[in-house]
Amino acid sequence: METIVSVKNLKKAFNGFMAVDDVSFEIGKGEILGLLGPNGAGKTTIIHILLGLTIPTSGEIRIFDMELSKKRREILNYLNFSSSYVSMPLSLTVRENLRIFAMLYGIKNSKDKIDELLKDFEITDLGDKLVRKLSSGQVTRVCLAKALLNEPKLLLLDEPTASLDPDIADKTRRLLKRFRDERGLTILYTSHNMREMEEMSDRIVFLDKGKVIAAGTPDDVVKEFKKENLEEVFIEVARG
Amino acid sequence: MNVHRIQAIFLRQLFLYKRSIPRLMGVLYWPVLDLVLWGFITIYLNQYRGGLPAFVSFFLGALILWDLLFRAQQGISISFLEDIWSRNLLNVFVSPISVSEYVISLMFVSLIKIILTATVSIFLAWLFYSFNIFIIGVSLLPLVLNLLLLGWAIGIFTTALILRFGSQAEVLAWGVAFLFQPVSAVFYPVSVLPYPIQVIAMWVPSSHVFEGMRTVVSGGGFPVKELTWALSLNLFYLLFATLFFFKMFKAVRVKGLLGKIGE
Repeated sequence: METIVSVKNLKKAFNGFMAVDDVSFEIGKGEILGLLGPNGAGKTTIIHILLGLTIPTSGEIRIFDMELSKKRREILNYLNFSSSYVSMPLSLTVRENLRIFAMLYGIKNSKDKIDELLKDFEITDLGDKLVRKLSSGQVTRVCLAKALLNEPKLLLLDEPTASLDPDIADKTRRLLKRFRDERGLTILYTSHNMREMEEMSDRIVFLDKGKVIAAGTPDDVVKEFKKENLEEVFIEVARG
Repeated sequence: MNVHRIQAIFLRQLFLYKRSIPRLMGVLYWPVLDLVLWGFITIYLNQYRGGLPAFVSFFLGALILWDLLFRAQQGISISFLEDIWSRNLLNVFVSPISVSEYVISLMFVSLIKIILTATVSIFLAWLFYSFNIFIIGVSLLPLVLNLLLLGWAIGIFTTALILRFGSQAEVLAWGVAFLFQPVSAVFYPVSVLPYPIQVIAMWVPSSHVFEGMRTVVSGGGFPVKELTWALSLNLFYLLFATLFFFKMFKAVRVKGLLGKIGE
């Protein structure tokens, strides 16, 4: 399988505190990798490092076989990101926002692409509404639509379904899997919803205090901890 | 350098202002209020001006030009804050836009804002007080250009500090330009300042701009010396501010603050 992301011996220290401590993993093309761990485990820091928002203390990161530290902007053309902690300009309509991001990613025929994504996320009727008038779940779907505008090869999602109701969250997961199956989209995913992680992830990397404590398929990790499901594993790790 | 990405950030601000009355008021309300207030004060003081020549021109011209500097700075700092307030900064910086493209697009936003402000202020000064700023003649263009450059330099420097220290440094976006006002000798000549302040004023480009304006209004011709000083200092400060912004951008990436500022 073609390797899309390769992380080797990644470390990040903030004032002596090791937020990420010697983490290594790879993600193959079309694979969905779940990053799992309690608050402060280092998941978001790793995502920010992969996006080039944070510079690591040491380690090697290659994305699309390019070194992130040297080809960050070139890499950013082919990846995208969404997080429940990020929003969009509230005084702009959904279409205006998406048009701006289409320009930032240099997308031609952006109107067709925007229409297609609004339809995929079932938010066509929200296109001309101001973002400030949307519910948090609707904003999350707009952000996800933005994250797919440039037809990324790699999608980094930080708790993307946190503000979605179970029905929309389920539809969103199905949609992401469809993109994976149809386009070979590779996804790095974080969530505190363990059922979601089991359903979405081909493999998981379990982090605690910045270190990888387990990695493999969700079943492998559950068996390794001798538990019934990921939720039980999570609780055991979180409670030390 | 990608024109589409610069256009995108510019368009984002345009969309923002086209339907936001409070934001438009920010560009138009204060300049107009200043102009009305200072216009009446000027008319009143003009009755007792004694031997002071071109009193109205000194004051209203200075007022309009000062406001251009202030708006040029705000055009950069406030546009950046808009991305923080809307939790959009991460979306912007995970796109392929470069820091240079982002800064240049904010400069364009700033330019449009000062054109808007200047058009209204100049028109109202002419309408209410029969003051025509174009009496300054061809010198007006380099004077304005220098104020624009200084506004950009202050705006970029302020934005770098906000980037580094987060929303607790927001107040700088509103107040920093006013630190320059006393030493810029906007409404009085540099010679009235105490000597130590005069020395400081020499290193402030806007003091040369306002001295230059007074020279022209008094009939002293094209202020070559003042404009040369102002331009040289401005180019130095703009370069310094830009390098400082790049340094701060790298520092926040090392400290992992870029992710936090947008959340």
